[in-house]
Amino acid sequence: MTVRVARFSAAERAVHWAVALLMTACILTALVLYNGSLAMLVGHRHTVALVHVWSGFALPVPMLLGALSAAYRLDVRRLNRFTDADWAWLRSKDRRSGRIRVGKFNAGQKLNASLSAGATLVLLGTGTVMWFTGLVRLSWRTGATLVHDWTALALGLLVLGHLAYALRDGEALRGMWSGRVAVHWANREHAAWADEVEPG
Amino acid sequence: MPGRPERPRSAELDGTPVGRRVVLGLLGLGAVGVVTGSTVQQGLSRALAPVQMRDPTGLSQYIPIGNTFRYYSVAGAIDSVDAASYSLAVSGLVATPTTYTLADLRSLPQAAITEDFHCVTGWRVEDVPWTGVRLAHLLDLASPSPEAVAIRFRSFDGVYTENMTLEQARDDVLVALTMYGEPVTHYHGGPVRIYAAPMYGYKSTKWLSEIELTDRTIPGYWEDRGYPLDGIIGE
Repeated sequence: MTVRVARFSAAERAVHWAVALLMTACILTALVLYNGSLAMLVGHRHTVALVHVWSGFALPVPMLLGALSAAYRLDVRRLNRFTDADWAWLRSKDRRSGRIRVGKFNAGQKLNASLSAGATLVLLGTGTVMWFTGLVRLSWRTGATLVHDWTALALGLLVLGHLAYALRDGEALRGMWSGRVAVHWANREHAAWADEVEPG
Repeated sequence: MPGRPERPRSAELDGTPVGRRVVLGLLGLGAVGVVTGSTVQQGLSRALAPVQMRDPTGLSQYIPIGNTFRYYSVAGAIDSVDAASYSLAVSGLVATPTTYTLADLRSLPQAAITEDFHCVTGWRVEDVPWTGVRLAHLLDLASPSPEAVAIRFRSFDGVYTENMTLEQARDDVLVALTMYGEPVTHYHGGPVRIYAAPMYGYKSTKWLSEIELTDRTIPGYWEDRGYPLDGIIGE
């Protein structure tokens, strides 16, 4: 039988999947709002825009609620901090070999987390001034549209990359779904973390 | 024991707070982009316009510099109307209600306007050439009655309406028949749409079917959803 260790608490998984759902809603409606052919096919622009805008406004809510959980706060701190090992891991060519002992998150996951969080806040801010057209002058709305477009494109690619890595590694996906991962996977992918939590 | 919450004094927590710097850095870049983006975009679109006009693949329209049209449709799928079956009614408080075919509209004096197209949400397309019949000319032909003060535009999408005062309608407003020298396409609201140069895009009704003169301003589709009644660019 595979020995398993706890990786993500119920609160963390709830935050992850709530954000995933809202992000999917934002991306699908964004495609309709941005692509002319889809826009003409679907129509109902006001409804599509309402779903987009309110999914966007709701996006940070699960993350803020997550702050009530100690496990979530601890993992946010882990994601925030870059150690010498993280820099070495990013620079190395054999980063998957296990030579550099990775903590609970590797440097790529940390970068993904901070870039996603930053991009989400930028989209939230620019989206707000685009939606409430009376807030700032026209030239700033034009700037906000430009920033919103580019940031959305970058975040979309980031989300696709995140999905590609997750779907390639069933155990990582299982960790986010069930909360538990196989010890041998933890030893291989996150050796320094495995030492902290290893049973026995 | 498996499953017990970990008790870290994890070395992972001793690093530098790069994540926070990345987030703050992105926020700073975003703010700079909002303030300077309009100018930057103008430069980019000047540089890229020749490419986009000649790009046979059409892919360059997806470069998000924000200077291309976005297609707004508030109804479901809209059936296109061909040149032969199109009709435009001028109705309401007028002495001579009239229905125009596309051929009728083409036989009237044509005016040309080339201006930037501004959406209220911020995107803009520079130097779009339009031709068509001045709305003022159609109003003259219809002879508004003294109590008429405003216009209600209707669209054959069955949903969209717009409002404009008669005074605004006599400014640079076209019943547009061509755009970039070609008949206005279905995607751009053809065969006939309004182009109101002094105003944001939502005032330029697409798929135009009726111009009704009214004794008061009746808020249109987006005005009912919070957009300004006048929609003058820059206000």
